[in-house]
Amino acid sequence: MNIRSIVDNLKKPFEKGEKLEKFYPAFDAFETFLFVPNHTAKKGAHIRDAIDLKRVMITVIIALLPALFYGIYNTGYQYLVQTNDSFTTLDAILHGSYKIVPMIAVSYIVGLSIEFLFAIWRGHQVNEGYLVTGLLIPMIMPVDIPLWMVGISVAFAVIIGKEAFGGTGMNILNPALTARAFAFFAYPTYMSGNQVWVSEASNVDGVSGETILGMLAAGNSPEQFGVLEMFVGSIPGSIAETSTLMVLIGAFILIYTGIGSWRIMLGGVIGAAITGLLFNFWGANALMSFDWQNHLIVGGFAFGIVFMATDPVSAAQTIKGKWIYGILVGILCILIRVFNPAYPEGVMLAILLMNVFAPTIDHYVVEANVKRRENRLKTQLKTAR
Amino acid sequence: MNKKNNKKPTFLFIGRNSTDGIFSKKNKKLLSDPLDDNNPITVQVLGICSALAITVQLKPAVVMTASVIFVMACSNVIISILRNLIPNRIRIIVFLVVISSLVALVDQFLKAYAYDVSKELSIFIGLIVTNCIVMGRLEAYALGNSVWKSFLDGIGNAIGYGVILILVAFFRELLGSGNLWGMQVVPDFLYESWYVNNGLMLLSPMALITVGIIIWIQRSFNKKLIEKG
Repeated sequence: MNIRSIVDNLKKPFEKGEKLEKFYPAFDAFETFLFVPNHTAKKGAHIRDAIDLKRVMITVIIALLPALFYGIYNTGYQYLVQTNDSFTTLDAILHGSYKIVPMIAVSYIVGLSIEFLFAIWRGHQVNEGYLVTGLLIPMIMPVDIPLWMVGISVAFAVIIGKEAFGGTGMNILNPALTARAFAFFAYPTYMSGNQVWVSEASNVDGVSGETILGMLAAGNSPEQFGVLEMFVGSIPGSIAETSTLMVLIGAFILIYTGIGSWRIMLGGVIGAAITGLLFNFWGANALMSFDWQNHLIVGGFAFGIVFMATDPVSAAQTIKGKWIYGILVGILCILIRVFNPAYPEGVMLAILLMNVFAPTIDHYVVEANVKRRENRLKTQLKTAR
Repeated sequence: MNKKNNKKPTFLFIGRNSTDGIFSKKNKKLLSDPLDDNNPITVQVLGICSALAITVQLKPAVVMTASVIFVMACSNVIISILRNLIPNRIRIIVFLVVISSLVALVDQFLKAYAYDVSKELSIFIGLIVTNCIVMGRLEAYALGNSVWKSFLDGIGNAIGYGVILILVAFFRELLGSGNLWGMQVVPDFLYESWYVNNGLMLLSPMALITVGIIIWIQRSFNKKLIEKG
């Protein structure tokens, strides 16, 4: 007996006219998770790549794993380095897992239950978009956020950010960032300041941690952190965004498989670098005089531009549009960092804002193309005469 | 039908142009329609600005609702009485004069008898003048209908507006500050153990999202509202 025949046996009560017909979408989700679906189009010739939405999502998850594992280690490391005198890597990983695995579990349980409910209510297929979102949400939260806040943020993001617009593929905003923005404005004391970025910082005496951008916004200089530490990521911050190195590995996977758009990533880096450089010349406050290349490797910029800005649903779709979108995300990110002391990290708001503008960008790119071709046709007709 | 027998006692102009009773089916519909099928906020999407601004707490929302009911009922009646005398070209100015005198009346009344609430509502009582629902009903209904009908229409629309306002304010005050009508309803032991108020509920975007959720729920129950695409 192989898996296929087990699944076929299980399938019977869910088929049309049977008892559990209503729950077919839920069953379908499990079946297509295991097997490439064998439904084919009835008419005409269709050639489709075997890489469907589920395969795409799994690739993104694989790209996320290095950053996640480093995030788990770093969570433990940041905590233990301030309390214990000696500890092993294993201790750090254990402490990190103890904090982070429950968050991931809550995120998946809440999010997937809502997705299944909506799929059954509407009679749709369950979409697998949540597999990535559900992993992203805990990765961009501060480590000490209570689990029920994670749950509520997830519920808000899935219901208001996604299902209200019609489910996967219809959302205007990136759902993971919607969850973070919700938590950021709803529970500001748990999402900013100097007590939330290191595990247990508010409960244990002598443990404290502030992000580098937070220090800069407060006017202090982050002397204890070198460029190498910022790049490798052994600094306080949201769970999995600290390590630029691990994000780069993820970016390589995404670009190599063609799933993430390198144009958006490169555009973002160019935009942020140029803006950072210009502010370096101005240098009116600590964030302005922070080296432009360091702006790229601290905070959530790298993580956001690689995994969030490239979200194929909410980003711009046209090639020119991707460049414009990416560059504007980069520029806005640095602008928000530098000019708004209440938001030392700008990448979340920058990407959400550009998500809203992405359809407008695409519209004008397409219009420009139509005009260019019209003009070409006119000149061709003239010369033909 | 005999004309003499059909004549009904009339008060002012009530029922002069129609053969309906005071609470006939048609007239009842004037009251009930704006509550659901033709709600000024969730269906016509009018008066959103005040729905965002004064729904942080329940008390101002209720006072606002009462004020709007008064203003709409009176202005609808006045304009309906004057409807054959108002020159078409200056009708908007006449509306404004009527509405603003009524609003000034409400404002002074609140300042005299409910100073705290009046301070909380501050500019928004004055801004009833610009509430699109009031002007909209005058233009769309009172200008062409009899006094009694206009009165019912004014009351109905104001209540339809108020119901949504109070509903939004209820959730925003409950979830945003843990209070209802200024009194704490979320018990202390919850705060001590784990609960935290949701700060986003106090910001105006959440009022918009709450209205959106109400529209969503209303439409999934009332199939008449779904546009045929």
